[in-house]
Amino acid sequence: MNESATAVGTDAPTAGRYAGLSVGAWRWIGALALIVLAVVLPFGLSKYHVFELTLVMIYAIAVLGLNILTGYNGQISLGHGAFFAAGAYTAAILMHYYGVPYWATVPPAALICFVLGVLFGLPALRFEGPYLALVTLAMALAMPQLLKYFDNWTGGQQGINLIKPLPPAGLGIDRDRWLYLVVLAVLLVAMRIAANMLHGRTGRALVAIRDHPIAAAAMGIHTARYKTLAFGTSTLFTGVAGALAAIVVGYVSPEGYSLFLSISFLVGSAVGGIATIGGAIVGGLFIQFVPNLANDISDAAPGAVYGLAMLLFMYAMPRGVVGSFGPWIARSMRQIAQHRAGFRSK
Amino acid sequence: MHQLLQQIFSGLSAGAIYASLALALVMIYRATDLVNFAQGEMAMFSTYIAWTLVNAGLPFWGAFIITLVVSFLGGMAIERVIIRPVENAPVLAAVVVTIGLALIFNSLAGWIYSYTVQDFQSPFPDRPVLGALITTRDLGVIGVTLVMLALLFAFFRFTATGLAMRAAAQNPASARLCGIRVGRMLAIGWGLAAAIGAAAGIMVAPVLFLDPNMMGGVLVYAFAGALLGGITSPVGAVIGGLIVGVTENLVGTYLIASQLKLTVAFALIILVLVFRPNGLFGTAIVRRV
Amino acid sequence: MAPILQLRAVKAFYGQSEVLHGIDVAVEEGGMAVLLGANGAGKTTTLRAICGMVRSEGEILFAGERLDRRTTEEIAGLGVAHVPEGRGTFIGLTVEENLRLGGYTRGGRPQASMQRMYGYFPILAERKRQQAGALSGGEQQMLAIARALMMAPRLLVLDEPSFGLAPRIVEDIFTIVERIRREEHVSVLLVEQNATLALELADHAYLLETGYVVASGSAKALADDPQIRRSYLGY
Repeated sequence: MNESATAVGTDAPTAGRYAGLSVGAWRWIGALALIVLAVVLPFGLSKYHVFELTLVMIYAIAVLGLNILTGYNGQISLGHGAFFAAGAYTAAILMHYYGVPYWATVPPAALICFVLGVLFGLPALRFEGPYLALVTLAMALAMPQLLKYFDNWTGGQQGINLIKPLPPAGLGIDRDRWLYLVVLAVLLVAMRIAANMLHGRTGRALVAIRDHPIAAAAMGIHTARYKTLAFGTSTLFTGVAGALAAIVVGYVSPEGYSLFLSISFLVGSAVGGIATIGGAIVGGLFIQFVPNLANDISDAAPGAVYGLAMLLFMYAMPRGVVGSFGPWIARSMRQIAQHRAGFRSK
Repeated sequence: MHQLLQQIFSGLSAGAIYASLALALVMIYRATDLVNFAQGEMAMFSTYIAWTLVNAGLPFWGAFIITLVVSFLGGMAIERVIIRPVENAPVLAAVVVTIGLALIFNSLAGWIYSYTVQDFQSPFPDRPVLGALITTRDLGVIGVTLVMLALLFAFFRFTATGLAMRAAAQNPASARLCGIRVGRMLAIGWGLAAAIGAAAGIMVAPVLFLDPNMMGGVLVYAFAGALLGGITSPVGAVIGGLIVGVTENLVGTYLIASQLKLTVAFALIILVLVFRPNGLFGTAIVRRV
Repeated sequence: MAPILQLRAVKAFYGQSEVLHGIDVAVEEGGMAVLLGANGAGKTTTLRAICGMVRSEGEILFAGERLDRRTTEEIAGLGVAHVPEGRGTFIGLTVEENLRLGGYTRGGRPQASMQRMYGYFPILAERKRQQAGALSGGEQQMLAIARALMMAPRLLVLDEPSFGLAPRIVEDIFTIVERIRREEHVSVLLVEQNATLALELADHAYLLETGYVVASGSAKALADDPQIRRSYLGY
């Protein structure tokens, strides 16, 4: 049932120049336009909307981590909320107890979550399918309990309050917009890293392992190493997202990292498209806005509306939004290119 | 020693609940290769139906039977309407659908019945017997579970439909060639699973008290039990559920840091799985090249 | 005598690819027809099209009923018993349970039919409580055929029954198939790579090549045709 999703590295439609520029050039222009739009956007919106969009991007980074694991490596994780929490608390503890400046907490959070991911990834090698789901579920459930238990460090039930960072003086923008731009920068870097990793050798190895593990091993791909690497990288991304969340929200507590968060990441990943990079952003939008919309639609049963939204998205686009539209767009562009080149497409 | 035995027995009672729900999970997994994350919430909703009937004046066992029938039909309907569209979609899509379904049931229950915790009277009096080793209520729970499992076993072993369902789960293509309507078998499977879940919910409601979030923890332990026994083995599901029930109870009793009960219980279960990655009775998924 | 099975201009598709390009095949009532051809010629696809297992166009008539719009289960219920490639036995179930499943569409008590099957295949009686997966290849093939016969079909469709079996076993199986055809009054459509043996038994033969019927006629005529002898019979 789990067929391979879009081929790693969507093949660009081949020949043809459009208005004097190649397809590749158009893609660069498109990406640049989007980035410019993203940078300018916060200055036209209210502070609250900027905050919401910042959260969207943070969730996108987290979901991107999950995509690496689930989409490209075929391992289902119900536990990424735990790594999000690990990143968040790392940042919070460093800032609160050691006075580390906010931007310097992200690398340690990344490193710790990477190591944790590798540590959990190693035994997770033994487990497949629902068994792996159980192990990750255990992580998601254990995390809040552990956070409450080690209350010397974590502040227990009360959590830790953090001071929101100040933007650099002289830039003339306020805190919310500054944090938005910081997170945007991290998101772009994350997407770039993910793209490089996944559209290259590593990505092909991961997809090979996902689709035909025996053949992959027979071809000399060191399955264990790649799977562990995928796990560690995936948790690294999600941990970074957690750290950013702690910085942006200014508060960490065990309640915020329950099983529901892990499930939200998984749902966001599926809705966006698990084997895509752009889908992570769609996932982030879904996680942030749909529950709020559900609250607006129904006071009494918002959960039912949220659940219904999940059903409808999966019925309409079982491979996710980007997962469904991506191949459609690629196919259409191929047909246009073929048509222009004089071939009749079928 | 006495306390240990007591805890083991009451663990068996909880384990019977986990075993029932685990069996429901395994049935659906064998038929559709899917873990139904909505199983717990469906059971909870069924329990509310039973509660409504009892409050309306029906005798307990009458309400019990009616609820099971309604749940059976509801389970069949859910398979046909909600699950059928994603049966041939990627597994994750189906998983998300069951998650969405769980949310819907949970939210609907809260809306219809409110989030106030309700009392649900057990049909069995809560008296200690056998030298205070176990209560009659726990015995009742274990008894009902055993009867249900026996009926289910007999159904699958001795009836034509049961055989057809086993065939449809194992090899749907060949089953079709025998004239078996595989789709209908799937629906019946979901119906049976829903009925089993309903029974489990009704049995556990007197202990956990009825509220929309009653079955969340139960599902998690049942899932663990199903995997511990081997997700492909119904017998394993039952044994796994019982073991998880006893383990949870013992950990809860003897662990000093009781806030870490769930963590420690799961750690133990996973430790076992590390040595038996397909569960105690599960068969390894043999990959043919 | 009208043919019991008639395919007219049948096309079959795997996804977007057209694999059968409008073929005509017929099986006479009480007769045996064989589809010959190399790997990938479309023989199995034809059988799958008859049983509604692949997307198809064109007319498929069985005893006056149209099969081409029906589901596999319905077609089985009408009296078409298909023994697929690889046998398709329920390896997790016992021999007896496999046979009972064959009789599923008939309902009632299968004991009499099962006894008749044990008559054709005594070895199955010996192993009736064993798991089907524990049987040898030849025994599984016998079980698969017996299971199909439990349906009391009017048409028996066999996909490469000799596959992977030793020549002695293949001979035994074909002898029994011939006996069954006479005693059970069932028509047979056979796909075989073992052309020599198949042409000895069948009345009619069709030769498929990459989705087209390139030759058809009585089995004897095809067996005597020198070109076919050279290409497919090896002499």
